[in-house]
Amino acid sequence: MNESRLEQRIRAAMAKGRKALIPFLPAGYPDLERFWDELAALDAGGADIIEIGVPFSDPVADGPVVERASLHCLELGVSLAWIIAELKKRRASIGAEIVLMGYMNPFLQYGFERLAADAADAGVAGLIIPDLPYEEAMDVKRTLGARGIDLVYLVGLNTEGERLAMYAADAAGFAYFVSVLGTTGVRETLPEEITAKLAAAKKTFRVPLALGFGIKTPEQLAAYGDDLDAVVFGSALIRHIEEGGTAAEFMRRWA
Amino acid sequence: MKKGYYGTFGGQFVPELLMPPLIELEKAYRDILPSKPFQDELGALLRDYVGRPSPLYRCPNLSRRLGFDLWLKREDLNHSGAHKINNTMGQGLLTRHMGKRVLLAETGAGQHGVATATAAAMLGLDCVVYMGAVDVHRQSLNVKRMELMGATVHPVESGTKTLKDATNAALRHWIAEQRDTHYCIGSVVGPHPFPALVRDLQAVISKEARAQFLEATGALPDYVVACCGGGSNAMGAFHHFIPDASVKLVAVEAGGSGEPGCHHSAAIGKGTPGVLHGMHTELIQTADGQIEPSHSIAAGLDYPGVGPEHAWLAESGRAHYGLVHDADALDAFKVLSREEGIIPALESSHALAWVLRHHDEIPAGATVMVCLSGRGDKDLDIMQEMGLL
Ligand SMILES: Cc1ncc(COP(=O)(O)O)c(C=O)c1O
Repeated sequence: MNESRLEQRIRAAMAKGRKALIPFLPAGYPDLERFWDELAALDAGGADIIEIGVPFSDPVADGPVVERASLHCLELGVSLAWIIAELKKRRASIGAEIVLMGYMNPFLQYGFERLAADAADAGVAGLIIPDLPYEEAMDVKRTLGARGIDLVYLVGLNTEGERLAMYAADAAGFAYFVSVLGTTGVRETLPEEITAKLAAAKKTFRVPLALGFGIKTPEQLAAYGDDLDAVVFGSALIRHIEEGGTAAEFMRRWA
Repeated sequence: MKKGYYGTFGGQFVPELLMPPLIELEKAYRDILPSKPFQDELGALLRDYVGRPSPLYRCPNLSRRLGFDLWLKREDLNHSGAHKINNTMGQGLLTRHMGKRVLLAETGAGQHGVATATAAAMLGLDCVVYMGAVDVHRQSLNVKRMELMGATVHPVESGTKTLKDATNAALRHWIAEQRDTHYCIGSVVGPHPFPALVRDLQAVISKEARAQFLEATGALPDYVVACCGGGSNAMGAFHHFIPDASVKLVAVEAGGSGEPGCHHSAAIGKGTPGVLHGMHTELIQTADGQIEPSHSIAAGLDYPGVGPEHAWLAESGRAHYGLVHDADALDAFKVLSREEGIIPALESSHALAWVLRHHDEIPAGATVMVCLSGRGDKDLDIMQEMGLL
């Protein structure tokens, strides 16, 4: 089996002695034009993988910042078809790997066979579907895998023992460790129990481990050392742009 | 392994963070719910506190007018005024048996919120209710009722600020508070095992009704008709009649105003399959998979989805899914009040309206049961405000 592009990319960052950077931005945010400029800025600013959010009307795993941004993008007319078509036009100029993150229903309506083909064609390396747990994931994972697209699993503070092992045995690309028992959104402090749980996950997973939800600054990660291979940040980036900032400035904190 | 499917409908489409509490609930559903001590305790509560069995009542005046026997299963006479309490007493008791101390609920009009607050107060549990900000204004009296019984009501300001957003908020709250909180979902919706759990708790309706019919008439009814929002009173009214092939099952969805292109709540009649709130089911959505706003004059039917077992009963043809518009429901509301001295909930009025609209298809001498899911007192304020009384 070919090694996953997502995994390769994270391992390349690790080889340089740093954590891979994975910014998240909802497609079409803050507007349809500027989104692609900010995406280019994330890429130029050192992103290893970029998660493009596919907006959904009912994002249950998200807090208010991502939800507000997603609903705003829906009002602007963003659809999965638009994302894939526009990405395809620009893919050659983007160095980072691209992951689509979104809820099950818009993907399902597009159709997974068609999605796998079109997304592969647009240069997408992975999908993250927060409302698709292991029990429901098999068919989707196979369909995407046939086109070289990884379905990235999420696990969390309450994924233990057998469930953690079950995810680890089947993981592709990287494992996305959710830092809180909660939704996306910036948090000043992360739960203390992360340290031990991350260490356990690191021992269990063969693929690299990314931490996400609530991450704002590199300082928050100091405690986790080598148990962490990559970091995902979304709400903090959206808030920065909401307050008039740019992706380029935001990435300077991290690079 | 996939679990909780009715044909292609159902499943567990939730964040991984919710799988451990769902697995814990599956265990309680399998091991605690059917156990004799639990069933005895629940049975006593339903009898002494809720007032079960609810009467099966033949409407003398309307039966004469219609030429067939119209029977009402009187869920409106339950404590707190609707079928909702069958579910909340069961889930509340299960919460206590699971060693949790908080009942969490979403509510649209407030009926399920009130029923949850009632069960929580009675069982000594804390109660947290999420309610769309729009509904908090529309149904301020129900907010007061919940608060009187000790519940904390959180207005939800996101999205459309109605039931679907309250459900999102409750799911988010449950992710964070799963250790000591049980999510007492309000209908036969959501991820497995909720659709099965709520159906089993509401099945007391058809269990009683089947025996009551045999006792009163020596035969089963020809029709069982119930309104269908999420579908809990309909599933409860259908369940024990499903093996009886002679009994026609009719669930009635809310068609909205009936004007071309109007918003409605007919997930089965006019929807398409998709995933929302943890289940694969029929949904009111765009071709891109965005959930569309629903509408009904009956707040309790105002939901863009439906329980997965209904989606399957429709697909298999075992049950028929009818449509009733706002004006016909209002008409039925007035007819039952005037003819029988029973003021039905606007939700239940949809079921009655289907019978009135289709009276000429129903053979003379037939027996028809309508599940009168709730009483209509709660609707008078809003109807007065809309100039409908
Ligand atoms: C009286 C009454 N009937 C019916 C419903 C609809 O719910 P379901 O379809 O789950 O029975 C409600 C919901 O609030 C209600 O209050």
